[in-house]
Amino acid sequence: MRSKLIVTLAVVACLVLAWNIRTIFLHVPDEANQGAIFRILYFHVPSAMTSFCGFFVAMAFSLMYLYKQDLKYDSIAASITEVSLAFAIVTLVTGSIWGRIIWGVWWAWDARLTSYFICILIYSGYLMLRRAVDEPNQRARFSTVLSVLGCADITIVWKSIEWFRTQHPGPVLSVRNGGGMAPGMEAPVYINLIPLLMLCLALILVRTRQEDLRHEVDALRRTAHSF
Amino acid sequence: MASEVGVAVDAVWKFYGDYPALRDVSFKVNKGACLALLGRNGAGKTTLLRILAGLTRPARGRVTLLGEDARAVETRRRIGVLGHGIGIYDELSAFENLRLFGRLYGMENPAKTAKEWLARTGLDRVQDGLVREFSRGMRQRLAVARAFLHNPALLLLDEPFTALDDRAIAVLQQLLAEARTRGCTIVMSTHQLREALELASDVALINRGRLAFTGERSIEMLQDPGWLYRNYGEA
Amino acid sequence: MNFLRNAMAIAYKDLRSEVRSKDTINASLSFSLVILLLFSFAFDTDSEQVQEISGGLLWIVFAFASSLILGRSFARELTNDCMDALIASPINPAELFFGKAVANFALLLAVELFCLPVFGIFYNVRWAQQFPVLLVVVMLGTWGMTVIGTLFSAMTVNLRLREIMLPTLVYPFIIPVLLGAVQLSKGLIIGEPVGSDNQIWFRVLVAFDLIFTLLAMAFADIVLVG
Repeated sequence: MRSKLIVTLAVVACLVLAWNIRTIFLHVPDEANQGAIFRILYFHVPSAMTSFCGFFVAMAFSLMYLYKQDLKYDSIAASITEVSLAFAIVTLVTGSIWGRIIWGVWWAWDARLTSYFICILIYSGYLMLRRAVDEPNQRARFSTVLSVLGCADITIVWKSIEWFRTQHPGPVLSVRNGGGMAPGMEAPVYINLIPLLMLCLALILVRTRQEDLRHEVDALRRTAHSF
Repeated sequence: MASEVGVAVDAVWKFYGDYPALRDVSFKVNKGACLALLGRNGAGKTTLLRILAGLTRPARGRVTLLGEDARAVETRRRIGVLGHGIGIYDELSAFENLRLFGRLYGMENPAKTAKEWLARTGLDRVQDGLVREFSRGMRQRLAVARAFLHNPALLLLDEPFTALDDRAIAVLQQLLAEARTRGCTIVMSTHQLREALELASDVALINRGRLAFTGERSIEMLQDPGWLYRNYGEA
Repeated sequence: MNFLRNAMAIAYKDLRSEVRSKDTINASLSFSLVILLLFSFAFDTDSEQVQEISGGLLWIVFAFASSLILGRSFARELTNDCMDALIASPINPAELFFGKAVANFALLLAVELFCLPVFGIFYNVRWAQQFPVLLVVVMLGTWGMTVIGTLFSAMTVNLRLREIMLPTLVYPFIIPVLLGAVQLSKGLIIGEPVGSDNQIWFRVLVAFDLIFTLLAMAFADIVLVG
């Protein structure tokens, strides 16, 4: 049942994505100031939205674990965090490519990219911690703490770096560079969000199943060692 | 009657991931009784004692000590715990160690209590010496003092006679006898069947996380300590 | 108040142990001096540039000095299973956490107050001109690092990769603190008062300190009790 869902989601996501790519490249004209490269923002922005929301949704599942003491919530939370981290890396890479074309440099400490970089560091730490803890309930408890602190921290980081950049202006990664995107041009950002979310969900389901299998293997291993 | 119960363990499960370290363990220990908790290594004795000591929570089920939840502050004030480790600080003096725990256990005059217990365990002459300079026997006696200094109503001892020297064993046995006289409840896990069975009024045997036997200590057990394992444990 | 009494008993114990052994504080001081020395190879110490970046340099020294102190915080409870003795005692995990954080704060502040004059001598910076405000900034920033570091020290103490995990986790988290402290220290350390546009960094520091102190104390129980 779950396998069927995963395959369906993935296939539909890829089809919609393919259709969107076709639309983006063939039907949406070049942007006045940015030229062709602005199309990367149709992947950059939805990836950013997906990953940012993902971290907060993961926190909610972690808190559910704390309330229900059921490890399946922890598996889901960890899977969502991992997939969100992958999307955050996509955000960073696409933003960097955009910057290379527009600013001429691969990295310019823009407020948003810097914040995303910090997010990636925080949640990489989360995954490293999970690997370092052997006992599943302890792993789940620590992950919950890190998830909640992480979400609080990335909120503060986001605002702090914005304020820093207000005082020390630098290049800004913006969809609206040059004063206002034409009405037809913003829609693909949200339309592309749908297949990316579906892909995100498919990956989360795959990852959750891996975690569940891992728990089973751990339990069997312990049972075997106790004889 | 509820007020007669010292320790009540009700359908307790403890998991390490999906592996059950304790499975549906239930038993009661009356106030003033002394329970010897027996079982092979890895059976779950230490896990159970850690739950009783409030160091970890059960996944399912309930534990009440002296009528209250194991983690309640008032409960912990009345419990003395002596685990595998001695639980004293190497960089503090004997006096400072006991005074710290006296403070944490809410003693009215921690310094006075510390001095009294140092005298009782024969450590008064080295009270200002740092624990890292103590011999092993002295550390053990200090650990025993730490566990008893607040006159606990419930004692949880994990293999207390293991690795104690003769003097420390003598101190501990005397303190245990005094504790029993004043009605203290004792739960003691041990491999030293003979010593434990002499002190114990009740016995419980844990086998692979399950409670295989619980009941009063009998003459057969005293005369033949291996009897319990042969009849209820594994071959 | 019982909370403060228990927390201060723990803080006193940690400080007493550290003052006797001096292991951590010596290591932290040596490490700080080495970093200050290394900076002299990286920058031209006579230039104006050093004055401008001195705030940043200082907080890099403080951040690295903290890793040794924070790492030791719960590690000292592992010997002789003292952690179990504490958790089994009536002390509330939040009290235990707070006491340890206070001790770490005191140790880290001592190292920082030693580094300041040394920094001033090495880099010819007259750091004492706005000292009262600078001290407030140092204390706010240090508390932020301490609170995060103490909680993560509790989490990582039993892990096999403890020495790697603690800095990996702590440094990304304390970026807002370091950012705010650097912005404020930059001007203060060369004698300029805090401008109105920099007031916001005080708010960032105070908000960070409050939010994470409350979160850390709320989570102390589930981190320390299995």
